[in-house]
Amino acid sequence: MTIATTGDAGRPATDLGHLLHKHPERHQSFSVTAGTAHVFYPEADERRCTAALLLEIDSVGLVRAAGRGGRRGARPAPGHQAGALAQYVNDRPYAASSLLAVALGQVFRTALRGECRARPELAGRPLPLRITVPALPAYGGPELVRRMFEPLGWRVTADPVPLDEHFPQWGESRYVRLALEGDGVPLAEALRQIYVLLPVLDGAKHYWVTPEEVDKLLRAGEGWLPYHPEHRLITGRYLHRRAALTREAMQRLELARLAEADDAEPEELDNAVPEETEETPGTAGTAGTAGTAGTAGTAGTAGTAGTAGTAGTAGTAGTAEEERQVPLAQRRREAILAALAELGAERVLDLGCGAGHLIQLLLQDGRFREVAGVDVSVRALQFAARRLRLERLPERQRERVRLFQSALTYTDSRLKGYDAAVLCEVVEHVDPPRLPALEYAVFGHARPGAVLVTTPNAEYNVRWETLPAGAFRHPDHRFEWDRARFREWADATARRYGYRVSVRPVGPDDPEVGAPTQLALFRTGTEQDQNRDRDDKREAGA
Amino acid sequence: MTELAIPDLSLVVLIGTTGSGKSTFARRHFRPTQVVSSDVCRGLVADDENDQSATPEAFDLLHYITGKRLAGGRLTVVDATNVQREARARLVALAREHDVLPVAVVLDVPEPVCRERNAARPDRAGLPPHVLPRQRRELRRSLGALQREGFRHVHVLRGEAEVAAARVALRPRFNDLRHLTGPFDIIGDVHGCRSELETLLGGKLGYVIERDGRGRPVGARHPEGRTAVFVGDLVDRGPDSPGVLRLVMGMVEQGTALCVPGNHEQKLGRWLAGRKVRVAHGLAETIEQLERVEEEEEEKKKNEEKERQERQPEGGGFRARVRAFLDGLVSHYVLDGGRLVVAHAGLPEKYHGRTSGRVRAHALFGETTGETDEFGLPVRYPWAEDYRGRAAVVYGHTPVPRASWLNNTICLDTGAVFGGRLTALRWPERELADTPAERVWYEPVRPLAAEAPGGGTGRPLDVADVQGRRVVTTRHAGRLSVREENAAAALEVMSRFAVDPRLLLYLPPTMAPCATSAAEGYLEHPAEAFAAYRAAGVREVICEEKHMGSRAVVLVARDPRVIGERFGVAPGAPGAVWTRTGRAFFDDAATAAGLLERLSAAIGGAGLWEELETGWLLLDAELMPWSLKAGGLLRGQYAAVGAAARAAFPEALAALEAARARGVALDGGLLERQRERAADAAAFTDAYRRYCWPAGGDGGDGVPAGVRLAPFGLLAAEGRSLAGLAHDRQLALIDRMIAAEPGAGGGTGLLAPTGRLVVDTADEASVAAGTEWWLELTAAGGEGMVVKPLAAQVRDGDGRQVQPGVKCRGREYLRIVYGPEYTRPENLARLRERHLGHKRSLALREHALGLEALDRLAADEPLWRVHEAVFAVLALESEPVDPRL
Repeated sequence: MTIATTGDAGRPATDLGHLLHKHPERHQSFSVTAGTAHVFYPEADERRCTAALLLEIDSVGLVRAAGRGGRRGARPAPGHQAGALAQYVNDRPYAASSLLAVALGQVFRTALRGECRARPELAGRPLPLRITVPALPAYGGPELVRRMFEPLGWRVTADPVPLDEHFPQWGESRYVRLALEGDGVPLAEALRQIYVLLPVLDGAKHYWVTPEEVDKLLRAGEGWLPYHPEHRLITGRYLHRRAALTREAMQRLELARLAEADDAEPEELDNAVPEETEETPGTAGTAGTAGTAGTAGTAGTAGTAGTAGTAGTAGTAGTAEEERQVPLAQRRREAILAALAELGAERVLDLGCGAGHLIQLLLQDGRFREVAGVDVSVRALQFAARRLRLERLPERQRERVRLFQSALTYTDSRLKGYDAAVLCEVVEHVDPPRLPALEYAVFGHARPGAVLVTTPNAEYNVRWETLPAGAFRHPDHRFEWDRARFREWADATARRYGYRVSVRPVGPDDPEVGAPTQLALFRTGTEQDQNRDRDDKREAGA
Repeated sequence: MTELAIPDLSLVVLIGTTGSGKSTFARRHFRPTQVVSSDVCRGLVADDENDQSATPEAFDLLHYITGKRLAGGRLTVVDATNVQREARARLVALAREHDVLPVAVVLDVPEPVCRERNAARPDRAGLPPHVLPRQRRELRRSLGALQREGFRHVHVLRGEAEVAAARVALRPRFNDLRHLTGPFDIIGDVHGCRSELETLLGGKLGYVIERDGRGRPVGARHPEGRTAVFVGDLVDRGPDSPGVLRLVMGMVEQGTALCVPGNHEQKLGRWLAGRKVRVAHGLAETIEQLERVEEEEEEKKKNEEKERQERQPEGGGFRARVRAFLDGLVSHYVLDGGRLVVAHAGLPEKYHGRTSGRVRAHALFGETTGETDEFGLPVRYPWAEDYRGRAAVVYGHTPVPRASWLNNTICLDTGAVFGGRLTALRWPERELADTPAERVWYEPVRPLAAEAPGGGTGRPLDVADVQGRRVVTTRHAGRLSVREENAAAALEVMSRFAVDPRLLLYLPPTMAPCATSAAEGYLEHPAEAFAAYRAAGVREVICEEKHMGSRAVVLVARDPRVIGERFGVAPGAPGAVWTRTGRAFFDDAATAAGLLERLSAAIGGAGLWEELETGWLLLDAELMPWSLKAGGLLRGQYAAVGAAARAAFPEALAALEAARARGVALDGGLLERQRERAADAAAFTDAYRRYCWPAGGDGGDGVPAGVRLAPFGLLAAEGRSLAGLAHDRQLALIDRMIAAEPGAGGGTGLLAPTGRLVVDTADEASVAAGTEWWLELTAAGGEGMVVKPLAAQVRDGDGRQVQPGVKCRGREYLRIVYGPEYTRPENLARLRERHLGHKRSLALREHALGLEALDRLAADEPLWRVHEAVFAVLALESEPVDPRL
């Protein structure tokens, strides 16, 4: 990156050297965490002075350190390409990533603090500045870059860098060529903004977020972050989407902001901390548990968004549904609870239990004597165990619940003998050619007294404004059925395995497209039961 | 001398008062490990064999050990007083639970003798005086009731002398015919179809049928001494049940046949014994036929009123013979060293060779779920789907359209009486022979099941076949273990992403690189590969061009129907294409189908279906371009790195040049170094770009233009693994497919050849030529090559497996692996410290598992056995190993 300023005889541009504490006529090298940082000045005279910070990263050393460091080593942010820093093929040596931010903090430590021994009067004064970063990784693109810097008073040029000129169809890369120009910001503050915003835009904070990070952020954000309209997004991303820490930081940010205004303790005022941060509806549930888990160092809750999709539970991915998913997921669970109560089921299987939302509800209801949560994702089961606080449940409660890994494309004798099995938003995560295997494993082999299946109603998708036409609600959905197709499947499955089935809507029942979720209730039973049902219906109709 | 006949698998319960000499008796007649003693158990739980307060715990332990032994099929002797009925009841229940016979041996020794013996033992000095008389009383009370309590054999030894003189004679069970090795012809349900049976025996199976004076078949012999085995249901429904009985009884008496009873024999036997049975399911026909036989033979007048009398044994010679025959039938047989089990309705492994009411019931009737289907017939529990035993179980009972193996079991009832076929299985050849029914003799209540059990219905494998810590026994590398956490990861991938396990017959093993090269500028160099094989005593190796695509395994059939018939998967495409982790290669089914059709036509054009006598082939291949599958990775990682470098360096270099131009001394060659780094990044970009070319649009048959498939290995065909074929022969066959690809000319086809060179590792000139070939290949932008022993599956001088192949990757290609700047000397020096041990071990283990899967497939082993090995490859792939190797 380069930092340039202009000046004149009275206020020579070369004062930049004093402010940065780096001599304009010398090339200086510093050993920093990721490699070697070089500072030199491509130009330095009265009128124009440009300082360049070049970070030479030891990519081999970085990987080796990550390999050895284990826990303290590299961890990419969720949603990133796997193992960002564990790869030798890495953009870190070329892109202005969080590593550059760290180097900036180390090389210009004094300048960042706004101290200038030689010319103390310069330090707090805004300068005409032009800062360029040739390859800035920016998740969110130029648009987000502008949202970050413009409120701080910068004129922003952010040109996207093409991914590969040979393959124009690949489009733009995630990098932008950034130039910031302005004359209203003191150098120290400009550097602190860069220090915070590089990792925020980069999205991949490269080392573990620890409680000290919160303090660092607060220090670096002093004077500008509390007033930034995107402060919540910045905080969330900076802290690696660690929900618990986000909350802590939010409190402290609110402390920073409101303490100034109200002279009050932040705890007094912290009464409306949103559970969710941007982009991560999935963390809403985790927040509670992570908060109690306490130590930030423990292998994290971060990344729920990535995994829980397997389980098929709602609210796990940042899709179009996000704003409505929580209420819909709740309604789904309520509908399931109601159906289970109707059946008088006492021993219940939650097949594809995900992070255990439904199990949690079931355990709160004494009618369910035994609940088994099954998922194919071990991580989902870990989240579920944490959500349910299995290790701290009293013995009698603990005996009611069992969590174990299994796959519904295999038969499993442990699934036999239950009153009811719930497949809540699960079937649509199975490839259609593998569905017969699931049907046999559940209806033919496990053979619970009742089976509850919920799945999206594809017809309703047109009612989600944010969902592109024809798209599925979740990236892992292998199909989404309309009401007729679901009915057809339910009838065929019931016939094949000797169940009776009824289908009901869940959620607002739209006259045109139906409800967002459809629920099929399968029951084993004799013809007598069936006749009785029919009579009941007739009576109800009459 | 009294001989005590005891079945060789039974629970022997010794009964006698304290001091009656049970322990001595047990010691004399049984091995120490066969005896479970309550005194010893007391000692184990309480450190004192006479501590009566420990009795409940001691008996828990005794029952536990006894249960474990019986479950394992081991004769067990319980050495405890067992004078109380409740104590014996527990043991009888335990024997029944494990389907073995309870046997009682009573040592009825006079009280004074016992008292004297106890007195001589200091540890029993504390025995209260009332104990012995009480035990005597209990014993006397018990004596008459033992049979009723469930003991199948009761031996009472009275007095010291009888005890001393007794001998134990272990008798084999009736069902244990392991010593008979056949060869056998096992024949399915005949149901009175005498004519079809004659046709099958006399025609297809080659028996010589013997007839009585009236031309009726009364026996049959095979010239080579084969033995026929009937799975039961000889009678009912069909036109001549007496004729079938006459023939089979004759053969059994001659010793040319064995027969197990079916449910229909059981019912006929009950009817013949005068018991009340419901005359249904074709019994009426049999009764009528028997009566006709009697009318003819006995010329007796039939008298409706005296029907019951006539059913008495003296009622007729043939009836009596049938009755005696049916009475003597044994529920099931274990044959041929334990490799073959024959039971009418099949038998789960835990019942093999066991003797209990429920074993007999299962053998005759099978297991039902307690439900009935829409035809009012009981729903059968699909025991064969759960079957995991090593013995083949041959059975009948449930009519199926076609006999087919499922989990090492086969049902031979192909509905002859319903107009189907009468089927026989030759053992040990495992060949089927059949003869069609002459007509529909009896209308079935429900149509013959449209599908054999487990076939075509998508019925899945069981999670217990793959989950948890597992040990897979392989032919090539012995026992290989899979850790629980690896299996858990594999389960997730397998169940969520992989293609149907019935098609997923193989996953490619990982491959180790050659040893790290010390040559300047190189991390990998073929010299190391040649040297390693030379050191292992492998002279002939083949260098194969490494294609710049993604690994793909291809199952391709002559015709989609083959996939349905052979693998039981609803036919869509003529095969499947999957990735290293078993995921379908193409999201779009039409693309896969197009590719498979073209490949299938090429194989057909080359005449390989006929030549290899198969309807399908399993191929190891590389699918190009890499960008087809790895587009996301290329864009997200490789291209991104290139883009960042191209954006950053011009500005960095310009800044450095400006600084130098105005006289700033740049230390340590900073500018020059940045120029080199920029050049490295450009070289990196060139390297990944070679893997990308547009593949899109329809190139014909729905295959996108630009897609190329390079098969480089033949894995399997029907009935055989081809992985043992020398690599040059495999490639020669593949070359013929490529040449025969329809419509391909000038290298524009789907199929791409694999360049190769055979090298003699002991010949310097040959090794130099191999190195030169690699240099040319990689200089032209190639990825590198794989060096394999020419003859597949070789071992070194010590009989150890050698690496089945090692890869030598090109210098430029490795930039994609180790980063753009890996060739800088300071980087190379550090990267050379790489550890190949785990990777090599993994490569050998996965290779052995892959071969195992193919061998199991070739032997037509059950799907779960093939899947077990395939699954293990995937699980091992999740072991932590340096991903760059």
